[in-house]
Amino acid sequence: MAASTPASSPGAAGAFRVPFRHRHLLGISQLNQYEIVELLDRSAAMIPVSRQPRKILPTLSGRTQINLFFEPSTRTQSSFEIAGKRLGAQVTNMSVRTSSVAKGETLIDTAATLNAMQPDVIIVRHGASGAVELLSQKVGCSVINAGDGAHEHPTQALLDALTIRQHKGDLAGLTVAICGDIANSRVARSNLLLLGAMNVRTRVVAPRTLLPRGVEALATEVFNDMKSGLEGADVVMMLRLQHERASGKMIPSVREYYRFYGLDEEKLSYAKPDAIVMHPGPMNRGVEIDPAIADGPRSVITEQVEMGVAVRMAVLDTLLSDPTRNDQ
Amino acid sequence: MSSQVSRPIVIANARIVDPATNRDAPGAVLVEGGRIAGITNGSPQGVPDGAERIDARGLVVSPGLIDMRVFTGEPGHEYRETLATAGEAAAAGGVTSFVLMPDTTPVIDDGALVDFILRRAQAKACINVLPAAALTRGLRGEEITEYGLLQEAGAVALTDGRASIQSAGLLRAAFSYARNFDMPVIHQPAEYSLIGEGVMNEGLLASVSGLKGIPVEAETVPLARDLQLAALTDVRYHAAQISTGASVELMAAAKRRSSRISAGISINNLALNENDVAPYRTFFKLSPPLRSEDDRRAVIDGLNSGAIDTIHSAHDPQDSEVKRQPFAEASDGAIGLETLLAAALRLVHSGDVPLLTILRAMTSRPAEILGLASGRLAVGAPADLILFDPDFPWVVKEGLLRSRSRNTAFEGARMQGAVMHSFVAGRPVFSHAATREGAAT
Repeated sequence: MAASTPASSPGAAGAFRVPFRHRHLLGISQLNQYEIVELLDRSAAMIPVSRQPRKILPTLSGRTQINLFFEPSTRTQSSFEIAGKRLGAQVTNMSVRTSSVAKGETLIDTAATLNAMQPDVIIVRHGASGAVELLSQKVGCSVINAGDGAHEHPTQALLDALTIRQHKGDLAGLTVAICGDIANSRVARSNLLLLGAMNVRTRVVAPRTLLPRGVEALATEVFNDMKSGLEGADVVMMLRLQHERASGKMIPSVREYYRFYGLDEEKLSYAKPDAIVMHPGPMNRGVEIDPAIADGPRSVITEQVEMGVAVRMAVLDTLLSDPTRNDQ
Repeated sequence: MSSQVSRPIVIANARIVDPATNRDAPGAVLVEGGRIAGITNGSPQGVPDGAERIDARGLVVSPGLIDMRVFTGEPGHEYRETLATAGEAAAAGGVTSFVLMPDTTPVIDDGALVDFILRRAQAKACINVLPAAALTRGLRGEEITEYGLLQEAGAVALTDGRASIQSAGLLRAAFSYARNFDMPVIHQPAEYSLIGEGVMNEGLLASVSGLKGIPVEAETVPLARDLQLAALTDVRYHAAQISTGASVELMAAAKRRSSRISAGISINNLALNENDVAPYRTFFKLSPPLRSEDDRRAVIDGLNSGAIDTIHSAHDPQDSEVKRQPFAEASDGAIGLETLLAAALRLVHSGDVPLLTILRAMTSRPAEILGLASGRLAVGAPADLILFDPDFPWVVKEGLLRSRSRNTAFEGARMQGAVMHSFVAGRPVFSHAATREGAAT
């Protein structure tokens, strides 16, 4: 690998400046700083494809992509589907309800069955941490983790980083506050890994009941209150609070959560004046975020969705067409 | 109550005892504008014109007592006790602030109810009522309450009062969430499956009486759990009340590792033992139960060593209907606001505990645990203070107590030591001379 520092200038799709040696994308933890920058550069190069009238860059023409979602998902699944189709791939969606998984087939049986159909890539979301990696060991094609339990959601972290880069330029030196249900969030874990690798100052802000043990080792700083946690932040990243968490076991109520941890104008005023507000969706308006902020000028939430397609196109393209990959 | 500015007071010729500074010396205290304006050795100095002068010869002046555990019946059971009657009993007993337990109907588990208590107390009670809010909804031990909103409403602490949370998982969440707001958690360690149908201390006396016993392990097993969870979560943990030597040992060991934990004890467990129960005297049916004399000696040692931090009255008014029952069927609890100081002074007169130590456990230590400005005789501190005669002899007669309920565990007891004056924010709220005849007999 070249000894040069990772550049953040956009590269052209297909111009492989850094070899990408992975068959799968299972987590940010498998990537180094150079690979992250390369994927972000390639993602940036994909943005124009979706903005032109004929949204097609047929590098995956004739390839087969299966979306295998064991958990319900609207935005991630359709984002992967659109990304694959814009690259010319044949995309099949398999959701749990219509598959034989509902009939009691094991994860590994499902993998073997799908593998026999000779797909080129399987996109997997599963409720159990580690399930996607287990499946990847049983198939001959590439596997992309679209979220496994509370473990990782690598394409979300990449699209978040791309969105930040679009607004703030270089990632290094920024302060990013990730707020909310850190303990149960794969988005938080992938983001902390990616931003940490990119020398971003990461903060987690949450009540103690929503912080995992050892989080001090994953984030630069840990806060239990929003005002000090958001002080001077460049980016405020809100996480979704599952309603069932506010039933008195971890959080007493939605109204208390919103009062102390919901992003409103007052709390946001502690961040930098040009701070951007992000949310992986779907949002609980009035729970973790004031609707006026979600729809306000500092929100880049819909832009995150657009960047999601670009990132997934770049990841699919990289995994399926990089000739330098040596582990297949 | 009233917001009128009372005139300055100078308390002269007093024996000033202030545990916060370990002061025990003759001197004078000047009170002005509701605060302590000066403390001098010897004669008072800088006394403003028109100041009221109290000659405190032979009397101790100390911070007003802060009682960490008081139940009333308001709202819901006003026939047992109201905030007003509890306030009067407190003032007569030298208690100028008390932590009000949330065990009312409805349970104080919502910010609006904390606000109600504060407004009601301000209107009706002559002393400071410090509301503690429920740790779990309805005191059911299942769901945590809104600690942040309760704190904003004015709750000073979180507790499930008489109830003890049985689920370690929920306790962990509660401790962890309370740490978020740095609120003190007051929890009574009690393992219900070990208490079972027990009604008094487990031992020979219970066996001979044919009463089911409560083993000390019903307290030590959950206390050990609580202390481990407190260490895990770094919460400000206060064991509501302990009663056994084994609990003292657990506290002492845990305190070597953490300064954020503390323990309280009921005056009843310091002054009485299981022998007082015989024969089936329900006014001595308490929770935790009165323990053996060995345990009583051990908790006195724990108080002296600092393993036990605070002494409270556990004032728990119950009407006669529920107390005058066969022992096993009677309710737990006794009133105690008015007898707290006198009962505590028994330990001083017996030579078991120094006066500074016993007062510390009812003034500066509760104030530190709760984060109060009172509980000390410092210039600028609220003028919550009491004057008491440490030797004044009297006999407890239930008919003369101010509480609306009569369930005292000290009926007929000969006491040595009585409160002569109580002040809250510089206002006189009790004066012995003005009381009904017979408080001194």
